[in-house]
Amino acid sequence: MQKLFIQTNLNNKVVAYITASLFLVIAMLLGISIGTVSVPVLDIIKIIGAKIFRISINETIDPMYTNIVLNIRLPRVVLAGLVGASLAIAGAAFQGLLRNPLADPYTLGVSSGASVGAVLTLFFGISIPFAGLFTLPLMSILFSFITIFIVLMFARKVERTMKVETIILTGIIFSSFLGSLISLMISLTGEELRQIIGWLLGSVSMRGWAYINIILPFFILGSLLLLVNSRELNAMSFGEEKAQYMGVNVQKRKMMVLIAGSILTGAAVAVSGTIGFVGLVIPHLARLLWGPDHKHLLPLSILVGAGFLILADLAARTVISPTELPIGVITALIGAPVFGVILMKRRTERRG
Amino acid sequence: MLSVQHLTGGYVGDSVVKDVSFEVDKGLLFGILGPNGSGKTTLLKMLSGLLPFTNGEVLLNKKSIKEYSSKELAKMMAVLPQHSVQSFSYTVQETVALGRYAHQKGWFQNWSEADEQIVQRVMEQTGVIQFKNHDIQELSGGERQRVFLAQALAQEPKILLLDEPTNHLDLSYQKDLLDLLKGWTTDRSLTVVSIFHDLNLASLYCDRLLLLENGKVNINDVPNEVLQEERIRSVYQTKIQKQPHPKVPAPQMVMLPESLSMDKQPIIIDQSFFIRSADDHIALRSPIPLRTMSSGVVGSGTGWHQVFVNRHVSKDYNCSNHRKEMIDYLKAHGFEPGETVGMMTAVMLEDVSHQLINAEDFSIFIVVTAGVGNAVDAARSEMHSFQITPGTINTWMFVSGELTEEAFIQSIMTATEAKVKAMEDLKVQDAVTGTIATGTSTDSILIAATQRGAQLEFAGTITPLGRTIGKGVYSCTVEAIKKSRQRIRT
Repeated sequence: MQKLFIQTNLNNKVVAYITASLFLVIAMLLGISIGTVSVPVLDIIKIIGAKIFRISINETIDPMYTNIVLNIRLPRVVLAGLVGASLAIAGAAFQGLLRNPLADPYTLGVSSGASVGAVLTLFFGISIPFAGLFTLPLMSILFSFITIFIVLMFARKVERTMKVETIILTGIIFSSFLGSLISLMISLTGEELRQIIGWLLGSVSMRGWAYINIILPFFILGSLLLLVNSRELNAMSFGEEKAQYMGVNVQKRKMMVLIAGSILTGAAVAVSGTIGFVGLVIPHLARLLWGPDHKHLLPLSILVGAGFLILADLAARTVISPTELPIGVITALIGAPVFGVILMKRRTERRG
Repeated sequence: MLSVQHLTGGYVGDSVVKDVSFEVDKGLLFGILGPNGSGKTTLLKMLSGLLPFTNGEVLLNKKSIKEYSSKELAKMMAVLPQHSVQSFSYTVQETVALGRYAHQKGWFQNWSEADEQIVQRVMEQTGVIQFKNHDIQELSGGERQRVFLAQALAQEPKILLLDEPTNHLDLSYQKDLLDLLKGWTTDRSLTVVSIFHDLNLASLYCDRLLLLENGKVNINDVPNEVLQEERIRSVYQTKIQKQPHPKVPAPQMVMLPESLSMDKQPIIIDQSFFIRSADDHIALRSPIPLRTMSSGVVGSGTGWHQVFVNRHVSKDYNCSNHRKEMIDYLKAHGFEPGETVGMMTAVMLEDVSHQLINAEDFSIFIVVTAGVGNAVDAARSEMHSFQITPGTINTWMFVSGELTEEAFIQSIMTATEAKVKAMEDLKVQDAVTGTIATGTSTDSILIAATQRGAQLEFAGTITPLGRTIGKGVYSCTVEAIKKSRQRIRT
């Protein structure tokens, strides 16, 4: 009986991972295939396979396809995937830590901090020596770091034990303050306005492989940090006091989660601007489908978040083609109703 | 097991707990009491290592809790806080399994067979195994509390700290939970330190109690010493009264509502309160519940009663369950058994004798029905065979005054002595022994007091109350016996 339970539980998880992976692969193939020039799925697989295994294919494939896939669509899809994955896992971690299913990375003011960094860079035309093109992302990450530490210091000043409520409140205060700073800069700026607004709404277009190189190390670092803390996140979602009683070194683990979350959010905001709803909806969806255990919730959020943002980006560039919509518009348009439906469904059917 | 030495501390700039010292031995259920704000929860948080303390030391197995790592401490000590947050739909099994956190090693810990067994065991012991696949958010408060208890027990602690574990629980869950904890302390030598809000529960279950007052130890002793009326009144700043538990040698505290002690218009109970509803009983209905001590068929012992019924039954009344039959009788006649003292007699009720005696600041109303058909000399009663027949001298005393427990008992003694004297003066003989009888084999007595008006501390034979009882019971008994004899002769 017991064995059976563990078995079915395990099977459920295997099914969950297969489903989520399939979703991501299909999203990627669709994202690469669909566009002004349609590339057959089989050709995509051949092109990418050839590139990875460095073998030349006997059949002739249109070199235009190869160019479109490798230089335009693949980097775009990969970047969208990485941004979606980063936001989703950071959201899942923050929700667990803050014990609030509706919290997201933005609650802590991390993304506002990152945005300020980016807008400042654009506004003053700051350029870090030798960084060149990477000045903008680096500044975003730097500012998200600074913001989270100021928020934490402030929260610690307000209350030494740093209760989650205090942190959330502090995050909201900083978000509003930094948001008005951005508005102020936008009002003061002249011709740079379009660029800033475009960036604020979020986009993963025309970024290329360089941006993937920027986000990838941060994504790996942040995700690993969170994955090793998945059991602590489980404990902390019962309250920090409870977690402490269970033997979790709460101060240290909380700090690790917050740092990892800000690395992920900061890097994502840096390469794509502010894209909302991913960090909110994806962990929520994953939790409703497969349960709140962070050991599985975090990896599943990565897979689903990546797939979701790839599809959102696909929609953003095809709906009113050739004009591109900001991706943030799509995520909100899809995210909000899905969120509502999930919330409604949750009332009627519960897992058991 | 746990040793607390001169512990001082609390929140920033304010020491909530001041110089608290105590020891808890292994296998004890140790209760912490105190009014709101006395520092109970703060003390518990310091014991559990959650709050740092400014002074003093907490030793767990002779080692300072500051020297334990988070995980080491969690293996020794589990805590069940007052409020548990649950924001996500974890299943019961997942929740309980989290209790094994401290026992698992490495980053990607393996769930061992032993872990699984412990989780299953504690779920069985706390009775939550049948919900193991349920969402904890679906459970009731009591079930959820048991899930968190299972989680704490999954830590396999040597000592368990609880903050008002029975808060928000139904009566039956309170009992189950505390029975469970008590069982663990005796069977498994688990040490339990628990905050209690309810003094009576603490008294029932704890081996020792620590009473906190303004962050300091008021007393640390066994429940009977800690729960003294004067002490609890001054610490809790409220009116309470101590009384024994009916079944268990544990003191219980009862509250005294202000409104009751306010409205104390004296009431005199006299014949105007007789109600005539049927021929086969005499009934008296008091306008207020009276404090009673009686040996009736219904409502005997001590209590509060408003209606008093003396029922006539035939001489050959015989019933296997006379108590139930009497209750049915009362119900059939519109009396509420819970507020009634009911007696039986074979005597004709017309022969009742009653008398109101007014003393200086109180009055007493005495009602006696008497027949001496089966009179017995108590000193030689072993010569009688045992047989319950309906009582033949039923004595009621209604005192308009406030009596102490002592006065109640003395009233019964005095009334009995007066009755014996009446028997003697009327030369009532015991048919079996041929000596003067002291009463009949099934006499009943009732003393009821309004508990308003004059304070009557004693009722010995020469006290004011004793004198009136003696005089009244004697004359009423004599009169009732005479009436009864008259009837038999004619």
